[in-house]
Amino acid sequence: MPSCKYDWPAAGQRKHIGKRISRIDGPDKSSGRAKYTYDVNRPGILFAKVVGSPYAHAKVTSIDTSEAEKLPGVKVHIVQGVGTEIHWAGSEILLVAAPAEEVARDAAQRVKIDFEVLPHLVHEEDLSKVGDRGKPTAEQKTGDAAAAFSDPDAVIHEGYYGSAIIAHCCMEPHGQVVEWTPDGNLRAWESTQNVSGMPKEYADALGIPVTNVRVMTPHMGGGFGSKFGADRWGSECAKFSKAVGKPIKMMLERDLELVMAGARPPHYAKVKVAAKKDGTVTAWESDSWSTGGPTGGGIPPLPYALNDIPNVTKRHTAVATNIGPIRAWRAPNHPQAAVLTLCALDDLAAKLNMDPMDFFQKNAGLGGERADMYRQELTKAAELSDWKKLWHPRGTKIAGNVERGLGLSLHTWGGRGHNSRGTVTINPDGSVEVAAGSQDLGTGTRTVIALTAAETLGLEIKDIKVSIGDSALLPSGASGGSTTVGGVSSMTRRGAIDAREQLFAAVAPSLGVPPDQLEAVDGKIQVKGSAAKSVSWKQACAKLGMNSIKAEGKNPGPCELISSGVGGVQVADVSVDIETGLVKINKMVAVQDCGLVLDLKTAESQCYGALIMGISYALHEEKIMDNATGRMLNPNMEFYKLAGIGDIGELVVHMMTGPGYDERGVIGLGEPPVISPGAAISNAVANAIGVRIPTIPITPAKVLAALEKGGVA
Amino acid sequence: MEAFEYARPTSKEEAVKLLAGTWGETEVLAGGTDLLSLMKDYASNPKRLVSLSGIAALKGISSQPDGDLRIGATATLQELIASPIVAKQYPALVEAAHGVRSPQIQSLGTVGGDLLQRPRCWYYRGGHGLLAQHDGKSLVPDGENQYHAILGNSGPAYFVNPSSFAPILIALGAKVRVHGPSGAREVELSKFFRTPSSESEREYDLKPNEILTEILVPAPGGAKMAVYEVREKEALDWPLAAAAVVLNTSGKTVKSARVVMGHVAPIPWPSPEAEAALAGKTISESVADEAGKAAVAKATPLSKNAYKVQLARVATKRAILAAAGGA
Ligand SMILES: Cc1cc2nc3c(=O)[nH]c(=O)nc-3n(C[C@H](O)[C@H](O)[C@H](O)COP(=O)(O)OP(=O)(O)OC[C@H]3O[C@@H](n4cnc5c(N)ncnc54)[C@H](O)[C@@H]3O)c2cc1C
Repeated sequence: MPSCKYDWPAAGQRKHIGKRISRIDGPDKSSGRAKYTYDVNRPGILFAKVVGSPYAHAKVTSIDTSEAEKLPGVKVHIVQGVGTEIHWAGSEILLVAAPAEEVARDAAQRVKIDFEVLPHLVHEEDLSKVGDRGKPTAEQKTGDAAAAFSDPDAVIHEGYYGSAIIAHCCMEPHGQVVEWTPDGNLRAWESTQNVSGMPKEYADALGIPVTNVRVMTPHMGGGFGSKFGADRWGSECAKFSKAVGKPIKMMLERDLELVMAGARPPHYAKVKVAAKKDGTVTAWESDSWSTGGPTGGGIPPLPYALNDIPNVTKRHTAVATNIGPIRAWRAPNHPQAAVLTLCALDDLAAKLNMDPMDFFQKNAGLGGERADMYRQELTKAAELSDWKKLWHPRGTKIAGNVERGLGLSLHTWGGRGHNSRGTVTINPDGSVEVAAGSQDLGTGTRTVIALTAAETLGLEIKDIKVSIGDSALLPSGASGGSTTVGGVSSMTRRGAIDAREQLFAAVAPSLGVPPDQLEAVDGKIQVKGSAAKSVSWKQACAKLGMNSIKAEGKNPGPCELISSGVGGVQVADVSVDIETGLVKINKMVAVQDCGLVLDLKTAESQCYGALIMGISYALHEEKIMDNATGRMLNPNMEFYKLAGIGDIGELVVHMMTGPGYDERGVIGLGEPPVISPGAAISNAVANAIGVRIPTIPITPAKVLAALEKGGVA
Repeated sequence: MEAFEYARPTSKEEAVKLLAGTWGETEVLAGGTDLLSLMKDYASNPKRLVSLSGIAALKGISSQPDGDLRIGATATLQELIASPIVAKQYPALVEAAHGVRSPQIQSLGTVGGDLLQRPRCWYYRGGHGLLAQHDGKSLVPDGENQYHAILGNSGPAYFVNPSSFAPILIALGAKVRVHGPSGAREVELSKFFRTPSSESEREYDLKPNEILTEILVPAPGGAKMAVYEVREKEALDWPLAAAAVVLNTSGKTVKSARVVMGHVAPIPWPSPEAEAALAGKTISESVADEAGKAAVAKATPLSKNAYKVQLARVATKRAILAAAGGA
């Protein structure tokens, strides 16, 4: 293949790429120097709190804020006034603000709002009880599933599967500090995944030119798909701030964060699958349903990952509920679709008396383009999980009350780098800055930019200053869909190569060779291959005189630096106490590809984090809604259960790298590894106890109920 | 939380004088790990807090001349864990303290506060009152009752007593000493907890202007003891069911046993049935299992908590086996 100017360096010539590099903002974060939105204070600032609806479905009939306004400095801003129909508990009726945060909280308690209460629906799992809230969508068909199911040789399995609604639980809640300048410009410090896109959000909501808005997110504590918009509370805070002439800070408190700032939709399905006696999967039929909150919501991608099943019939029902808005959650709909698909197929394998490892190897071809990767990754995962030794046919009774089981799942994702623009600046004093409107959600964006620039310019990572998180910089795409690393690394590479070219041009005369004979290595500019003919980086930059080099980098752009499409396989190894129904994770194995790995350490971190998040949603998490009151019962970190360090067992991560992977270029990784844990753990539990727990989270109550009906006990 | 007045008396007499005669006006503040979260949720809105931190007489853990162990009401969980006497004579108390997984809560939370902490019922914490009433009826029986009571749950209270110490202290025959306007009184801990029948009552035998001053635990005299808690998570979480067992043995034979379950009823729930099933027996897996079965024989689970019957049975069985196994 002819090389292209901006190509990534070849395997033997990489100094930083592919190494384990600690994130460059780690010390700032661990010491508290890193400032988050909550840390921003402005002169005269007011603290605002939401007064939300206590009812899941109601109409506002009157609002009385007089008692609240008796407290010192309290201001009120109506968001949804008298007459408005409210669709979920917590929905913002008004905001109160005060110079002290605790006063704002007390003021919120003193507001009296009357409602006309309307009927609500907050439980969607039992489709027979949703009435006209359920809207069936059109049937989708490929091939002839009915014929495949009626083949006398077909082995058929039917089952019910699902995953409960969960919350995002970002460490840092949603919120912003807003401030108007005297000349009518809005400045917002915002916890957002979408710095460059945010000004338009505010401009549209406020009716001001987009040029009048600047948004800043120097650091943020996670988004997981829930932080793309300014949100009603953000734009209303901006209006409120304008009305009272003071900056306003409003971060959601943990309860409202859990109640309304993000939830992953539940997905349930009745699934029927068929295979030939040799295990080749032939047909799929599913009736699925879910909710997107007040609007019906999205359809899960079924059948998942092995989507080339030749005969498919599927129907979906979208249920409108009063649970609150659904938001994209790390790999939207994929973890749920993985449970619906991989658990049904695992049950089919059990019916065929096949080892799932063999069964999925055999059917990997249904993964289309991903087939070869799945095969390689299944082999690797089998090796790392000791599958041959530890796997046993389903429900084999072991002595004592603890049963061990293994289960697997696989997944896929796109992850093509988004559009991104940035500036690479080389200054005469030798300093280097890369600046772009991107954001670091906690994933390591800064580090990846720095290492790409350092690699390209022959410098150390510490030599690169990275400025991001400001909409005044050149725009980068939103960080969603695992698109950031591909976008910012290719942008940086292109910008740094162009900047390097300009530097070579400035230095070439003094080294007596044409610029294209130069290279940047180990802090020097030298004649290719001859370290003796060199100048130090600093001396080279001094030749720029008064003028800095400023090169714009872009993605997309020339040369194939990125691509799309990853696969992954995970194995869960669990122990189930059949007397208590408690599931303990012994080990999770994640085998993952993402093309060219830039920073092995942060890549592995993504997988570790995803496994922890996955164990948590597989075993513990659920947004528990009360039918009578329509409210969430566990909107705090005590009742909303998240796995802790003692709950996660041993985590083994293996990144697929080298030939066959590296040449694909950079592909995103944030989402894929979080897709499989639910299905893998559910399959491992089924393997351990011999019965399927149909829905996640797999709680002791569900395990005991299933064991009562059968299994090893 | 609402603004409040803060008082820090230095004697129990002074403290009692600062307390109002009706619930809700004032609250006693020990470590604050429970009370402050209730106040932040506006589930408790006292006008005055009376801190016990300045009263030296309520602190410390010591052996009394008569052999009893005295645990001052404001001794912290951390002090209990670190106490050599407790470690030697009452290993099950240390186990119970370790069940509270957070080092922060162990270092601030007090033993008195653990006994008197309010129920964790999510309807109560969510602002529906102790009895979870809504439109004149309890939300629990038809609601999300997966963590609620399976015994003593004929209403109107359905919450469970949350204390990890109460079951083992009752099994050990502990008494509490209370100080009020007319001086001190002692109550058997087994009689101290009660099921409220109205919103104006508390879950324990304490008047609004009384304070708990100390806990007195008889010398164990060679008794074997253990606690067993079933928790969904290893990380900070509440038990789904728990049991405490104290066995007085002669050789391998159980002379008498005390079995008290936690997280199954609005009060710590002693099981005379399980105790009877153990008396005169040599502990084995099947004897322990029979006792576990007896402990829950009268359980009346709600719509979503039948699994807790099994968990309480297993907790009891395992606590018995652990007690018998630990010399
Ligand atoms: C997430 C979490 C998990 C927990 N897990 C467990 C667990 O597994 N098991 C367990 O047992 N506990 C658990 N705890 C509870 C913890 O042990 C208690 O919060 C703590 O022991 C209370 O002690 P405190 O001194 O902070 O009480 P405070 O919060 O100060 O007081 C609690 C209550 O007791 C009253 N009070 C306190 N002392 C006296 C006194 N001397 N006289 C009269 N009234 C008094 C107060 O007025 C208040 O109503 C957990 C707590 C949390 C937050």
